[in-house]
Amino acid sequence: MSSLSAKIQDVFNEPACDKNCGKDAKARKEGCSKPLTPGAAAGGCAFDGAKIVLQPITDVAHLVHAPLACEGNSWDNRGAASSGATLWRTSFTTDLTELDVVMGQGERKLFKAIREIKEAYAPPAIFVYSTCVTALIGDDIEAVCKRAGEKFGLAVVPVNAPGLAGSKNLGNKLAAEALLEHVIGTVEPDDAGPYDINILGEFNLSGEFWLVKPLLDRLGIRVRACIPGDARYLDVASAHRARAAMMVCSTALINLARKMEERWDIPFFEGSFYGITDTSEALRNIAELLVKKGADPEILARTETLIAQEEAIAWKKLEAYRRRLQGKRLVLNTGGVKSWSIVHALMEIGIEIVGTSVKKSTLEDKERIKQDDNHMFEQMAARDLYAMLSEGKADIMLSGGRTQFIALKAKTPWLDINQERQHPYAGYDGMVELVRQIDLAIHNPIWRQVREPAPWDCQPAMKDEPPSTTSGTASLHALKKFTGTTPTISASVEETR
Amino acid sequence: MTRILSQTKSASVNPLKSSQPLGAALAFLGIDGAVPLFHGIQGCTSFALVLFVRHFKEAIPLQTTAMDEVTTILGGSDNLEQAILNLKTRTNPKLIGVCTTALVETRGEDCAGDIADIRLKRAEELAGTEIVLANTPDFSGAIEQGWAKAVSAMIEGMTRPGERARQSKKIAILPGWNLTVADIEHLREMVEGFGLNPVILPDVSGSLDGTVPDWWVTTTYGGTSVEDIRELGAAAHCIAIGEHMRHPAEVLQKMTGVPYVLFESLTGLKDADRFVSLLSVISGESVPASVRRRRAQLQDALLDGHFHFGGKKIAIAAEPDQLYQLATFFTGMGSEIAAAVTTTDMSKVLERVPAASIQIGDLSDLEALAGGADLLVTHSHGRQASQRLGIPLMRVGFPVFDRLGSQHKLSILYQGTRDLVFEVANMFQANRHAPTPEKLDPFRKRETPDGPR
Repeated sequence: MSSLSAKIQDVFNEPACDKNCGKDAKARKEGCSKPLTPGAAAGGCAFDGAKIVLQPITDVAHLVHAPLACEGNSWDNRGAASSGATLWRTSFTTDLTELDVVMGQGERKLFKAIREIKEAYAPPAIFVYSTCVTALIGDDIEAVCKRAGEKFGLAVVPVNAPGLAGSKNLGNKLAAEALLEHVIGTVEPDDAGPYDINILGEFNLSGEFWLVKPLLDRLGIRVRACIPGDARYLDVASAHRARAAMMVCSTALINLARKMEERWDIPFFEGSFYGITDTSEALRNIAELLVKKGADPEILARTETLIAQEEAIAWKKLEAYRRRLQGKRLVLNTGGVKSWSIVHALMEIGIEIVGTSVKKSTLEDKERIKQDDNHMFEQMAARDLYAMLSEGKADIMLSGGRTQFIALKAKTPWLDINQERQHPYAGYDGMVELVRQIDLAIHNPIWRQVREPAPWDCQPAMKDEPPSTTSGTASLHALKKFTGTTPTISASVEETR
Repeated sequence: MTRILSQTKSASVNPLKSSQPLGAALAFLGIDGAVPLFHGIQGCTSFALVLFVRHFKEAIPLQTTAMDEVTTILGGSDNLEQAILNLKTRTNPKLIGVCTTALVETRGEDCAGDIADIRLKRAEELAGTEIVLANTPDFSGAIEQGWAKAVSAMIEGMTRPGERARQSKKIAILPGWNLTVADIEHLREMVEGFGLNPVILPDVSGSLDGTVPDWWVTTTYGGTSVEDIRELGAAAHCIAIGEHMRHPAEVLQKMTGVPYVLFESLTGLKDADRFVSLLSVISGESVPASVRRRRAQLQDALLDGHFHFGGKKIAIAAEPDQLYQLATFFTGMGSEIAAAVTTTDMSKVLERVPAASIQIGDLSDLEALAGGADLLVTHSHGRQASQRLGIPLMRVGFPVFDRLGSQHKLSILYQGTRDLVFEVANMFQANRHAPTPEKLDPFRKRETPDGPR
């Protein structure tokens, strides 16, 4: 555990992070996440975070050394896409039993499990994850991995991020440390070139990186490694020969980007492929970094031409939605896709942002959002958010799965923009897709139906035609109402929203 | 006699199990105004919560004691106390169901002692909230055991002990975890049809049936009431469904003298008949015309459906009682159980499962055994095996995250069995292979060295 705590202290010191630099030495030691309140906590553990970062490496066998819950309750649950290998979707766990724990058979079982996987699946590498119980009983996974690696002649990588170490975010960083220590730089590529880049922190959810990669291809830029989205083990192992890097999900893998710069002189920038301006900015930055590292400067002009062309197409497509979405009020409640650039594009077509969660945004993002005088909130209690939405103060909420029922039970349109989402939102086409999905969500005909009270609960209608008025025309009128020929009820409900 | 083959692999590949605390939490979710609380790391709760949400498509109240490195070393009783007090002030639940996890059980925490202390020390603050403990380490059991332990714990902790005046019309029903919302609703209607008053524990049909309340609630809304659990001893009879509910039923009998009858399954004509006859005997009422009508419909479904089932090879992976329920259904229709995989060898029902052997294992075992089968039957995680083998998958149990409405699927008694017959027959019809000259060529089969398949 001592090496683990040293590592944790090391990742808590992050010179490339503004937030981290703003803290004094003592505050820094506490780490990035606030202490949790028992009985009122949400979010994953360090193991969860580590697995999220590493699991999308598609041809690796990911072996979780734990009792059942850690893997059994969580496997095959994220929407990262693979263009080839599928081994990452096969779940491997030592599934420790009571007997294993009591008799101290954990390490032996782990070693055997590695052998079984090697023999049955012959993967290029096996990643072994430690967890709370195996850390507590003192299983030395690093030693087991080293021994198994030597014995079986393949890379067996220990990922030492047990859940009790801390938050999901810490787990992200510990996973990056495992890559730095055991994977990156272990294979020399024979085809390194001046246009090679790494993309760090891109998960290829719903395959969305494939909306971006063709743009890079068009510019002659090669993605040496996209970590972790749709990555192969060899890509990651030889990632140290890239010329430049882009870091996409800023809070997750900043230590990876910074240390790769220190060790292998790979400059990086923080960027995003969400939104039009950010996508353009990212392409521009990539080209500039490559030129700085010796690529032919003519790429800059070509990049600008491509940007101009693609932006024009995207804005034209978006413009088509202005008529339908102008003045619609949107709440953005997420830690995931938090790009300022999305907000910018949405506002550009007339959508009004009536609430933005800034829990995980960078200081810079917060400043930009503040300048625009939006309704920024750190984190809103479920009850308050529900109240806000059920009072009809927003037309749609964009958030992650965790809060979806707040919107849905408040009968408010909702769109998933976190890891379980069904649609790809990156790049120029992705922005258009996002707006299309917002349009589809807001204008779905179910909203009118679900908001309408049951006809027998609809007081005004009953007052107008009390059943005691037994004149023939009145009852005929009432009958018509219930067979749906008179739209008065739905119209009045629509107006109140 | 069914042979039970124990697991010999060290690496579990594509787990069949969901964890034991998850099963316990599911049982607590069937109680009105409840919040289950996992005593462990926040990740234990987070994973279970995400899985519940993916299955039920509902907001699920589930909390954590948020243990960390320090409390793992120093002990978690303070976290447990804080979590209980925080839940009380924030959501004022009628029941907090504490489920332990592997971490605190590995530490060997005395959670029962801790909870007794907390209740004593904080009696005033916690008035009006029951606290029940289920010891559910992740390293043993699965949903079935977790569910049963939680039900036993609720009866032990809340039901008033001692023999008492019995209400002749009151029937306690202890359903297994594998009964869906639709199953429970149907069960209640059936029992009420005989003029009886069923108290169902747990009752997920009140809490996880997917409704839109007009306010925001942070506990369950609906399910068995705490008062009903206290008064369970006044029932004239108890009906337990599933072998895993034997222990809770025995606990109730020991505490209050309420006699129980156990049904291993309520699926299939014979078991439905047994159940309905029992209700008729208990109530002294004759079987209502509508129930007779349902029975006739099932008879007809068996007649129409059996063409599709005869000789079919079925590969099932499920927890013991559900395995028994489905295997007896399929063999009752003329199919053969080609592969049976389950989670534990602890259940007595396994020896009665109509299969040559049962493998204790995971979905990779199912995949290895299912070659040549006509249908895979397991939860949604079987989708990869189904794709690789090219065999259709019937989704049952938990989790079902890639199809909607699994909670509203009925598969018990006459009506549920009828629906099941249709569902499976339709799957067979949808996946029928068209005849080709090659497949039918009489000489083709002779070329294979092993002879005809």
